[in-house]
Amino acid sequence: MIITSGLTLFGIGFGAAAILGVASKLLYVKEDPRIAQVEDLLPGANCGGCGYPGCSGCAAAIVAGTTSASTCIVADGDAISAIAAIMGQEVLDREPELAIRDCTGGTRADTAFHYEGVLDCRAAHQLYGGNKECPEGCLGLGSCVRACPFNAIEMGPNHLPIINPELCKACGNCVEACPRGVIHVAGMSARLLHLNQTTDCLAPCRQRCPAQINIPKYIEQIKAGDYDGAVMTIKERNPLLVTCGRVCPRPCETECRRQHVDSPVGINMLKRFVADRELHSGSRLSVPCAKETGKRVAVIGGGPAGLSCAYFLRRLGHSPTIFDAMPALGGQTRYGIPEYRLPKADLDWEIEGILSLGIEAKLNTRFGRDFTLESLKNEGYDAVFIGIGAWQASGMYAEGEDLDGVMGGIEFLTAHALGQKPATGNKVIVVGGGNTAIDAARTCVRLGAEVTLMYRRTRNEMPADVEEIDGAEDEGVQFKFLAAPARVIGDANGKATHLEYYEMELGEPDDSGRRRPVKKEGSEQRMEASLIIPAIGQKPDLTCLYENGDPENCPLETTRWKTIVADPNTFQTAIPGVFTAGDVFTGPDLVVSAIGDGRKAARSIHYHMTQGSVPVSETTQKTMIPYTLFDEVDLVKQKERGVMPHLCHGNEQTCTFHEVEGPLNEAQALAEADRCLRCGLLCYDKDMGPDTKTAEPTKRTR
Amino acid sequence: MQEYFLLFISAIFVNNIVLAQYLGNCPFIGTSKNTGVAVGMGSAVVFVMVMATGLTWLVQDKLLVPLGLGYLQTLAFILVIAALVQFVEMFLKKMIPPLYKSLGIFLPLITTNCAVMGVALIVQREEFGLFKSMMFAMASGLGFMLALVLLAGIRERLAVRRLPVAMRGTPIGLIMAGLMSLAFFAFKGMI
Repeated sequence: MIITSGLTLFGIGFGAAAILGVASKLLYVKEDPRIAQVEDLLPGANCGGCGYPGCSGCAAAIVAGTTSASTCIVADGDAISAIAAIMGQEVLDREPELAIRDCTGGTRADTAFHYEGVLDCRAAHQLYGGNKECPEGCLGLGSCVRACPFNAIEMGPNHLPIINPELCKACGNCVEACPRGVIHVAGMSARLLHLNQTTDCLAPCRQRCPAQINIPKYIEQIKAGDYDGAVMTIKERNPLLVTCGRVCPRPCETECRRQHVDSPVGINMLKRFVADRELHSGSRLSVPCAKETGKRVAVIGGGPAGLSCAYFLRRLGHSPTIFDAMPALGGQTRYGIPEYRLPKADLDWEIEGILSLGIEAKLNTRFGRDFTLESLKNEGYDAVFIGIGAWQASGMYAEGEDLDGVMGGIEFLTAHALGQKPATGNKVIVVGGGNTAIDAARTCVRLGAEVTLMYRRTRNEMPADVEEIDGAEDEGVQFKFLAAPARVIGDANGKATHLEYYEMELGEPDDSGRRRPVKKEGSEQRMEASLIIPAIGQKPDLTCLYENGDPENCPLETTRWKTIVADPNTFQTAIPGVFTAGDVFTGPDLVVSAIGDGRKAARSIHYHMTQGSVPVSETTQKTMIPYTLFDEVDLVKQKERGVMPHLCHGNEQTCTFHEVEGPLNEAQALAEADRCLRCGLLCYDKDMGPDTKTAEPTKRTR
Repeated sequence: MQEYFLLFISAIFVNNIVLAQYLGNCPFIGTSKNTGVAVGMGSAVVFVMVMATGLTWLVQDKLLVPLGLGYLQTLAFILVIAALVQFVEMFLKKMIPPLYKSLGIFLPLITTNCAVMGVALIVQREEFGLFKSMMFAMASGLGFMLALVLLAGIRERLAVRRLPVAMRGTPIGLIMAGLMSLAFFAFKGMI
């Protein structure tokens, strides 16, 4: 029995061993010895930052060739070089990434629910989305701190995580741990490509800015004395900060919560302060660009949209070439905005900085005459951007407007900027109420003419900036409100001598919300004029797109407002690889809008060239987020808004084209930055001083 | 048919291999910290349990019983199951790499999983036929997987709750397993 038992067990064991032995021969899987070598060089952190479950998975992927030698985010340069040597690869430069915390709120967001015992953000988030009223803000319980394997995050005194850039390896563990998406990992390219999302911490000013500049961040940097940092923050969204600091009509300030306390923060004054600081520093801050991709893009039009698009394409590693019909770049910022608002030398300096990144510019090269979409394609451009602006003045639809002595507003300003010295005579009538009309009027004042600005509504309905209207009034421009041109009267030589106009009265509001002007019958009167400047509106000149001058032969779809049709999300036209933005797409709009759309188009072009399609997120912020807008801002003390100094006065102002307004000085800028409430989606900084009444925020217990 | 149905329900809920029979506690506690891992481990256990039960049934019925060596059952089964797991690992690595990658790290763990051995011995004690044994093994494996995934879900939530330091990790895991075991006793009334 013992023998049988022993033999049986031996037999089973031997049989199993034999089967396994044979199986090991038959089923042998040769494992690449390099996997072990690579794994030995990896740090063994198993942090998952590479996207693989652990270092062995990462090593196997590197050896399999599905990822590069530099995949490990923690390995140092020597280790990556050694891995690349094993694999016979070149070391690829990887764009440095960093964890970034978006929320600025900390404990300032009011508490919605009050409960004890929860010490983890994920747990708190499971209970009604967390105890904070803000649906996207930091819960401050430190899940990210505990998730960081490199001790790179600590909880600050105001319960906001502080990331140490020296220690952060961008592994993404904190991103996974955060249930609110407050932290994200991004490199320079990802930051440039990011569009505002409704899940971001967007203060109202940041939501409203057409260029999506992180306004609270740069004001915070100014407050901390980090002026260079503020410039770089603005340049992540806007390469024309010297220009915008002077001419932006500041839509952001219309949403500033501070206006419910006293007056909005001088956001644009602060932008101008840091921009001018760099301008006059004698050196430029270095703007980083991604590694060359070898992709070439033709940018047609060197105005704000084209310059912005080219700048962001270059920063993303591509090679744009700007084609412009004019002798210098800048578009309407150069030819439509007078010198006293934006000195040409400053604009030149700013454009020079953009071109110095490695952007080629071909001037005096007109689209449709010197090159076409077809010729660009033949030259090997991977994509085309059309940003030719809106250079054609709209007519007055009045009899006789084609007489000599009638000149469109944009044509007049362009001629003046080109040094062509258009004859103004003694009496100039400017028709219109926008910024172009004011610019034309103030330019004529400086040329020695007596100027009357005729507008068919009242001063309250004028679309021009209030400061510009006040400035024109100070300089002696006469206003003729509630008057509309009827016909231009000329002499025997065909030269305009008078403008006949109707008196108007305001009727019911129209689509724009402004009261519609109605003609008073029989109210015709005449006004003497040596030059009549209709500045009623502008539209794009699309003749460059027409083959043989025939609008029927236009390769792109256009609207009745003479704008190009494109996808509003991707800016791609009906022709794949051809994108557009700026005034030629939107119609006449702000400089800052053209800059913002130029970046969005650059983003689309980047994705089109690198991925073949443009990702469009459903959470992209397009309109103001309603719950972030409120009228009552409690517990904030009143503080005086800064005033930009006037650089020239009296006759000097009306006789020369010297710049009218100067930047704030450092003390004024710091005081203005201190007025910022550091708003988040719902929260803002309150003045919790002894003089302020301190009401407890409402708490609901659940 | 009803007999098989009852056997299936019984093995999963009433006589759950881990919560009623208390077998396989080590992997039950060790791999129940994460739901994803629990599903992987559970799948691997079902797979190996069915194969091991079938093979050991054949060894018992065709080798040990005819030779009158029933008392060698435990030793023989250990040998067979250990070899089987090794063979399965090699086979999967060569023939079905994706499945091997998904089960890979759990296969060696199953070698020491007494639930596999337990099921092989239970089907002998109950004198099930080959098909019924394999059905029972599959149901027992699914019962193990169910208990494992449920506990993992609870422990994932416990990981972010405030607990006394001494209770964190395995201690609270064991308490939860005990409470789950009590809860599963309610299924006794089903059959």
